[in-house]
Amino acid sequence: MTTEAPEAPKAPAKKEEKEESFFGLFLHNLWSANTVTVTILSIFLALVIGAVLIVVSDSAVLSTFSYFTARPSDALNASWDLISRAYADLFKGAIFDPAAVQAWFSGTGDWKTALNPLSETLTYAAPLVFTGLSVALAFRGGLFNIGAQGQAVIGCVTAGVAGFAIGLPAGLHLIVALAAGLIGGALWGFVPGLLKARTGAHEVITTIMLNYTATLFLGWLILQNGVQDPDRTDAVSKTIESTAALPGLPAPLRVHLGIVLAVLATAGVAWLINRSSFGFELRAVGVNPPAARTAGMSVARTYIMLMVVAGGLAGLGGAVQVLGTADRLTGQVAGNIGFDGLLVALLGRNKPWGTLFAAILYGGLRAGGNLMQVDVGVSLELVTVLQALIVIFIAAPALVKSIFQLRDARTARLGTSMAKGW
Amino acid sequence: MANDHIDITVEPGEVHALLGENGAGKSTLMNQLYGLLQPDEGEILVDGEPKVFRSPRDAIAAGIGMVHQHFMLVPVFTVAENIALGAEEVRGGPLGWLDRRRSRRDVLETSKRYGLPVDPDALVENLPVGSQQRVEIVKALTRDVDLLILDEPTAVLTPQETDELLAVMRSLAETGKSIVFITHKLREVKAIADRITVIRRGRTVATASPDTSTDELAALMVGRDVSLEVTKTPSDPGREVLKVSGLIVDDDRGTRAVDRVDLVVRSGEVLGIAGVQGNGQTELVEAIMGLRESRAGLIELEDKNLAGRTTKQVLRAGVGYVPEDRSLDGVVKDFTVAENLVLDIYDQAPFGNGFKLNPGPIADSARERVSQFDIRTSSPQSTVGTLSGGNQQKVVVAREMSRPLKLLIAAQPTRGVDVGSIEFIHNQIIHERDVGTAVLVVSSELDEVLGLADRIAVMYRGRILAIVSPDTPREEIGLLMAGVVTREAEDTE
Repeated sequence: MTTEAPEAPKAPAKKEEKEESFFGLFLHNLWSANTVTVTILSIFLALVIGAVLIVVSDSAVLSTFSYFTARPSDALNASWDLISRAYADLFKGAIFDPAAVQAWFSGTGDWKTALNPLSETLTYAAPLVFTGLSVALAFRGGLFNIGAQGQAVIGCVTAGVAGFAIGLPAGLHLIVALAAGLIGGALWGFVPGLLKARTGAHEVITTIMLNYTATLFLGWLILQNGVQDPDRTDAVSKTIESTAALPGLPAPLRVHLGIVLAVLATAGVAWLINRSSFGFELRAVGVNPPAARTAGMSVARTYIMLMVVAGGLAGLGGAVQVLGTADRLTGQVAGNIGFDGLLVALLGRNKPWGTLFAAILYGGLRAGGNLMQVDVGVSLELVTVLQALIVIFIAAPALVKSIFQLRDARTARLGTSMAKGW
Repeated sequence: MANDHIDITVEPGEVHALLGENGAGKSTLMNQLYGLLQPDEGEILVDGEPKVFRSPRDAIAAGIGMVHQHFMLVPVFTVAENIALGAEEVRGGPLGWLDRRRSRRDVLETSKRYGLPVDPDALVENLPVGSQQRVEIVKALTRDVDLLILDEPTAVLTPQETDELLAVMRSLAETGKSIVFITHKLREVKAIADRITVIRRGRTVATASPDTSTDELAALMVGRDVSLEVTKTPSDPGREVLKVSGLIVDDDRGTRAVDRVDLVVRSGEVLGIAGVQGNGQTELVEAIMGLRESRAGLIELEDKNLAGRTTKQVLRAGVGYVPEDRSLDGVVKDFTVAENLVLDIYDQAPFGNGFKLNPGPIADSARERVSQFDIRTSSPQSTVGTLSGGNQQKVVVAREMSRPLKLLIAAQPTRGVDVGSIEFIHNQIIHERDVGTAVLVVSSELDEVLGLADRIAVMYRGRILAIVSPDTPREEIGLLMAGVVTREAEDTE
């Protein structure tokens, strides 16, 4: 009761405020601690801390600080120069490079160079959308799917094997390979789902263990006869057939159909959560299992189904990675897409469209980070640090709120929403 | 705002009743007195001196003790340990050892001085609820309090235990202690209070004397005239709808909760199950609903065996269920009113087909139910968590009574519900009976069972001790609830 009390008088107050300027009202809402504001400020804070790290990690700039008291302008100019170049590269590598776009318009460059940054961003984002959706969906049903990584790895394996081991006409082959990824991931999700439903084994523990199992299985598999590339001695599989590859834009652009599938998957998951009977069940089970049980829903069945669907999504993410970006299986083919999916889901507040945007943000940071590393020499690890900082600030909205003295809004929910998984 | 400029004065040696509906702000007020919440405005005077309570420690130091509605005892500790907890007697400096003997002696002394027998060596988990409450009171008294706050102390007691508690309160008041007695039960207030403060929506609406009539007090509490009596015509029982025979059910810990229970509920009658909470009523209802496995016995709904069916099958067979724990089992608080209204029929036409939901019919039906069942909400799309307890319960009742029923099971249908909604829900239950549904009402409030039921089954330690008519004197049913079988009661059966 007490928490609702301050909200109650809002309705009449709003009418009075209409008398005030519309702009004032807009500012008021902008500066209250709502989800969007906290997210944007978290990114900003992360960039500020990142700037400090860039300066500290560059020995040349750092040396100018040794005579800071004598000539502060040296240190400040050098720092500013480095930070602005690094962040400009982050932007150019992720979205577009004004010079390349200008060259394209004036006819000296081509459209491929101009679009390359966006292409890179979307290439990195595509698998993250799937793994992010996997985590977000499971979370809405009250399960903490740490196993997106393992499910994605198995998705890579099944899709990859289907891609080079069977011969089918173009189109059909792609569909079969994608389906293989989906089924592989779904199976890998089914196991912890079943264990949870039947024995109550906590999904965090079982999925972590299955992550190891999946990664080690991949490492073993690519050294086997029939899988390993016969022309190579290292742990690399055969190349998947071109008939199974996701079609994309002409080289050097790497973006492929995967990002379109990712948008479709987002729409599908949004529909599933909000409009389907299964979504109704999973949301009810997610927030109040006893009430769901009392209303006649089968909590056990919902958990199993949920893990199957979540696993399938992560498996598709693996399939998109292997059929679109990589063209063969290696030990590192899945990279970190499953674990990054956890962070992407957190950043997207476990909402499907939010997850899509968060994945694109992550893809952008990664793509921009590549350029930053090449151009300014700032390590790619900085991007990882930035991603981590953003997540930390988002997970601790009270911190952001107090730093910026934001008005109280609905922040209490942000913090609790993630803490609940444990 | 839970409290809006409340003034209350408690004199020494007075039993002061704080009367108000759930959510009126009684507990908020007392939590401020006990230092659990800080007031935004206003002051607290103890013996004329203004005090600021930052924590219960400050309040205890100022002589204020509180017995919470939900006991704050550690079940695996002994009575003496529980009483010492927070004010342990320590020997040999701050890192010394506990002086168990002295705490034990303190307990015995206090219990003797105030005539409150407790066994200092008994484990709290083995004590009946009434004794646990006594432990809480002794605990407060060992802290030398002058003002004792009792928050809804009778909610968990049998009528006999309640009478004992009232006697204890009276004798404490006679030794000069002040007592604030928080409750919403008018009969108890009239029996014990010296003065009554009525609170409604966070404001003091009246200070009344105990000779104010029950109807007047109820009207003050609710803000309009209410009828506390359930008006109903004599029942017209028809065929047997629910037949339970030889039912045995275990609780979560594996101990027998329901022990060879036989019951029959006929169409067009209300069978009430009276009993102190925790005597197997919960497990009985859960077994019927398919939420709990039964060990043995038959549960038949119009000759179809229900035992072993899933909850969904039981609901589909025409059973409506109002669960006793509304916020845990009844509603999903994060869901909207509309979603909660279809919580168990979302996959049935016209609301869905098992694959997708149909938002149109769900919203239409929600609008209809909201007006039909007088659910006070800003919109059917608000989340149920923002509604008052009474309105949440109306959502459950509306959901369960909106489909054709053969049997309605209502467990604690008005717990935590405001008086105005109680009246409405009771009328709905009687209406359901009058259209020929068999109704099983389980309640630990004897008044509720007496008002609603056409026959009353008294449950004690997992057994039905007797089935009596609602005209049976309260005292006799009270004795049955405590496990005492009298001759008359057996004869009625």
